[in-house]
Amino acid sequence: MRTAALSVGFIPLVDAAPLIVAQEMGFAAQEGIALELRRAPSWSSLRDMLSFGQVDAAHMLSTVPVAVAMGLGGGGTPLAAVSVMSVNGNVVGVNRVLEERLRGAGFGFDFFDARAAGVALSQVSDTPLRVGVPFPFSMHAELVFYWLASLGPVAEGQIEIKTVPPPLMAEAIEAGEIDAFCVGEPWGSRTVEKGVGALLLPGAAIWNFAPEKVLAVRQDWAETERSLLFRLIRTVWRAGRWLAEPGSILLATELLSRPAYLDLAPELIERALTGRLTINATGEERDTPQFVEFARGAANFPWRSQAEWIGHQMALRTGHDPAAAREAAAQVYRTDLFRAALKGTSADLPGASSKIEGALDADTAVASAAGRVILCRDRFFDGRTFEPTG
Amino acid sequence: MTGKMSIIVVEADRDRGMQIAEGLQQAGEFDVQVISELTHLAQEIAARQPDIVLIDIANPSRDTLEELALASGPMDRPVAMFVDRSEAGLSDAAIEAGVSAYVVDGLHPARVKPVLDAAIARFRMFQRMRVELAETKRALEERKLIDRAKGMIMKARGVEEEEAYAILRKAAMDQGKRVADVASALVTAAGLLS
Repeated sequence: MRTAALSVGFIPLVDAAPLIVAQEMGFAAQEGIALELRRAPSWSSLRDMLSFGQVDAAHMLSTVPVAVAMGLGGGGTPLAAVSVMSVNGNVVGVNRVLEERLRGAGFGFDFFDARAAGVALSQVSDTPLRVGVPFPFSMHAELVFYWLASLGPVAEGQIEIKTVPPPLMAEAIEAGEIDAFCVGEPWGSRTVEKGVGALLLPGAAIWNFAPEKVLAVRQDWAETERSLLFRLIRTVWRAGRWLAEPGSILLATELLSRPAYLDLAPELIERALTGRLTINATGEERDTPQFVEFARGAANFPWRSQAEWIGHQMALRTGHDPAAAREAAAQVYRTDLFRAALKGTSADLPGASSKIEGALDADTAVASAAGRVILCRDRFFDGRTFEPTG
Repeated sequence: MTGKMSIIVVEADRDRGMQIAEGLQQAGEFDVQVISELTHLAQEIAARQPDIVLIDIANPSRDTLEELALASGPMDRPVAMFVDRSEAGLSDAAIEAGVSAYVVDGLHPARVKPVLDAAIARFRMFQRMRVELAETKRALEERKLIDRAKGMIMKARGVEEEEAYAILRKAAMDQGKRVADVASALVTAAGLLS
């Protein structure tokens, strides 16, 4: 098989790991492709690079293909999410002033209970609470809204969401431009490392199984380049499985820390991969199950219901029609392409393409093509569930 | 829409911003402002209500501009959009040159084109300058390394400069490496041993 080169864009984050591993560990070569990885300076740039054909595929916020389908933000080329590259992996943190106030109020920083953390935070923060997120249309923004809105007191004007690119989050906290943040690792750990912030919650504490990054391509490219697309999907899927093995952490950490990729100390990157995070300047550590998932629990399956949740939430927030948003969203998560690409591999896929989000209290076996596939706990912190239309 | 089009150039490097502004002024009658202070970028742009915003693609603050699409309600000025459907090839050219443009919805493509053309020309020039600068710097550094390596070989082996270079070149050819890389390895190793 002749090796075909594919250019793929990424943002320097721990959850770009499947692409980096795919290339460096030879999973791409196994499928006869070579990934030319291009680091992008911002999410809007990466989306535009993809839209205008500067790259063939991209590491993309799970929300962006949905936002494009809803006509939110720039970029008009229809995008498809052909697999979920990672689930969870974000942290919520606060500046040192809020950290002190929370401590003063007797808050224990359990890094687990989102309700308790939200209540404590709303009691000690000035209004508006300024929260930095990497992009206006991001899981980070949706998680923060869902979390604080669900607690009630966050009425109009009490929180202000500000866009801060991940690598600049620590600087924005330091400069006092924001009071709190929600960002992907390792950029939250970096605020701790720089002594300007403390971590309050993992994203997983708000939603146990939130699709975070997807493998995104242009819809027309997905139609015309089927063979390449399927090879790419399989490549990233294999890299994810490798990443999910505990024995891979050390090597993955070293690969990610290289100058061409994250260009950061391995110690910082390792925290997310082990799920053991240092939450404050005194060095306290917390373990988080499901901190970030690359394969477990059918993590790569692009559930249409996940897309619907994203569309629904974004519509509520931006004044769009939720029903129309859900319908548009469900169509960009391409379970059909994912299934077709993995046919003939050992992958066991769920029988359904949509599920009630937030219904699983524990890891649960569900029907699949080969028998049963285990899905992970996927609760929302407030116990609500989301029923998809499709 | 009549009157002068207002354009905001977002560029942290004030000199560079001014050069872009100058390039635009040559292309037509525009009201051009440069913003170099990147904190509160979105608010500032919203307050000034420009027709077009130009920003370097490599600038991470670009993501904050996406908020503009949300901030404007139905009574505000129309939503800012990335110029995507204006003219075939124009957006591609802009992205390739490293410039992104946010254009107020409804602005006629014919009015946007000269602005983008001028911006693209400037950004291409910057790109060339950046590449030239990087290349020159690299060449100079490699030259210095090779000179140091030559000096070491001359001293250690008691040979003339020309022969020292021949030794370096042969080593490079034998190992399938560049002369500069072999020189660098020698200099690094020597540093460790001394």
